Amino acid sequence: MTFDIRWPIGLLFLAIGALVAAAGLFGVQPAGPNIDLDWGGIMILFGAAMVLLAALARRSGGPTS
Amino acid sequence: MHMGAVDWGILALYLAFVLAIGVLAARRTKSGTDFFLAGRSIPAWVCGLAFISANLGAQEVIGMGASGAKYGIATAHFYWVGAIPAMVFVGVFMMPFYYGSKARSAPEYLRMRFDEKTRTLNALTFALMTIISSGVSMYAMAKLIQTLHVFDVPFERLGLPQAWIFHLAILTSAAVVLIYIYMGGLRGAIYNEVLQFFLIVAGFAPLVWLGLRQVGGWHGLQTTLGPSYTQAWAGMAHASTNRLGVDWFGLVMGLGFVLSFGYWCTDFLIVQRAMAADSMTSARRTPLIAASVKMFFPFLVILPGLIALALTAAPDRPGAHAPASAGAVATIAHHEPGVIPIKMDSSTGKPMLDAKGHPQLDYDLATPNLLLRYFPTGMLGVGLTALLASFMSGMAGNVTAFNTVWTYDIYQAHIRPQASDEHYLMVGRLATAIGILLSVASAYLASQFNNIMDLIQLIMAFVNAPVFATFLLGMFWKRTTGHGAFVGLATGTIVAALHHGLTLPVDALVGAKGGWIAVLHSYPSEMAQNFWTAIWAWSACFFTTIAVSLVTRPHDEAQLAGLVYSLTPKIGGDKGPWYGNPVILGAIVLTVTVILNIIFR
Repeated sequence: MTFDIRWPIGLLFLAIGALVAAAGLFGVQPAGPNIDLDWGGIMILFGAAMVLLAALARRSGGPTS
Repeated sequence: MHMGAVDWGILALYLAFVLAIGVLAARRTKSGTDFFLAGRSIPAWVCGLAFISANLGAQEVIGMGASGAKYGIATAHFYWVGAIPAMVFVGVFMMPFYYGSKARSAPEYLRMRFDEKTRTLNALTFALMTIISSGVSMYAMAKLIQTLHVFDVPFERLGLPQAWIFHLAILTSAAVVLIYIYMGGLRGAIYNEVLQFFLIVAGFAPLVWLGLRQVGGWHGLQTTLGPSYTQAWAGMAHASTNRLGVDWFGLVMGLGFVLSFGYWCTDFLIVQRAMAADSMTSARRTPLIAASVKMFFPFLVILPGLIALALTAAPDRPGAHAPASAGAVATIAHHEPGVIPIKMDSSTGKPMLDAKGHPQLDYDLATPNLLLRYFPTGMLGVGLTALLASFMSGMAGNVTAFNTVWTYDIYQAHIRPQASDEHYLMVGRLATAIGILLSVASAYLASQFNNIMDLIQLIMAFVNAPVFATFLLGMFWKRTTGHGAFVGLATGTIVAALHHGLTLPVDALVGAKGGWIAVLHSYPSEMAQNFWTAIWAWSACFFTTIAVSLVTRPHDEAQLAGLVYSLTPKIGGDKGPWYGNPVILGAIVLTVTVILNIIFR
């Protein structure tokens, strides 16, 4: 069985990013930038990129660890 | 700030993923090679990030923030002088011998190159060091959990004393690390270290961004704190005109050469990550990939300390150029409660004072307190998870190095040489559990020190500084003999202890900080003392090894092929793109590091 570390990293960032962004949308935020929403969004994007890379690598049978 | 349901959810997700990676890694852990060397099958980028992460324990995230607050941006010397050049050196010049010799550990290389006694001496001191370092990681984590007061209410309800929060935090973190290393061995540790690396960046990058907004950006920091905190090379001509309390020679020789090369080039906790790589080229690229990321870490881990200090008090200008002894800053902070609190004596409940009677700042809380102050629910969970991830990665790095060195270099070498692979796998797992138990014990020792970084530097001065001379001579001077290496190593360690026992930083009390034999010399700061301890230890080992080697019988040169530079065929040009070539990659990394030094001079 091959195992690509990008899967768990991507999935964890998607999940945490979603939680943080949700806190930014629905929770009480201090004055200033909505750091929860902004950073949650960035984490979701990063997680999606990792999952995408892992999926592409699996399809091409490319580098896995 | 209290943790909300979202924060608890994020922490729980992290723990679930970490344990799941342990389970996945366990499926591929069938032999000793799998458990101790991750089957030598890991790609370069994974090894490179694990290489950073294993070093990214409490001593880095909390300690570098603490040093940033105490010494200023000059703390970046720990990276730009004290890490990057050594990381390039190990990748370009030393990795061919570590990886190429097929040694399973750094002490085992010493056995192949020299003899059994040199290996054993190194293995024993190294094992002790990993236990203490791992304990420091746990101590920092437990102290942090206590400071957060998140467990106060549940503990009160259960009628348990608050002091037990510290114990619970230590036992919990120890248990999680134990599970994933017990199951997945080095593979479990490395995969988790990569995950932890990304989480640490995700937790601290927004903290720096928010903090810099708060203090008016880098320019605001320069205005509030002044050049002694924001210029890395200002006043380095003399020990008395900069906050580190060291001159440029002590810095470059002590930190840049002896301590840095001693750590990055010989510390098995670090080297083990590269030795798990899937090929020689990957092994050589590992430290270089790590260095290309690592050189930007001062912005992630040191800046929070500076920001916290700027938000604590404006240091008074007259004393700001003097070596850091808390004094000036603490006096003001005493009147205005800021991000960094006064260090309290837990037994008396009163502020701790230095020898001059000034209250000491609890620098170790600079970064965690900044995080508590500026992160709302949601990001707070990410930030705390990042802290937890750093503690676990640092601890796991030590534990995997300990179990390998114990099993191969002590148990197999001296207790049971001819056992089966399954037996050593079982011993490795047992060593993991025992190592973690010993770390727990050492966590309680760590609370004796004001600044974790100073403690780590001290340990490294005792263990890593002399051994770097041994490896250097072993790899690059074929005349070095086993007797020379052993006597040199022992002399270096004894000289380190003597130097520490005979000197004392100014303002410090005799005891754990030095001077326990007699005070013959006083250093302007603990850091200066540590650097000079390292320089003395290294020099003693270097010259003793040469002297003894010259009067003892040389090794047979035929047996040294692959172990010594001049007797090993040169590695041919690497195939693949130019940017993958270790030499070119190293040159790029060094150039960018020089530019960073110039920008922040």
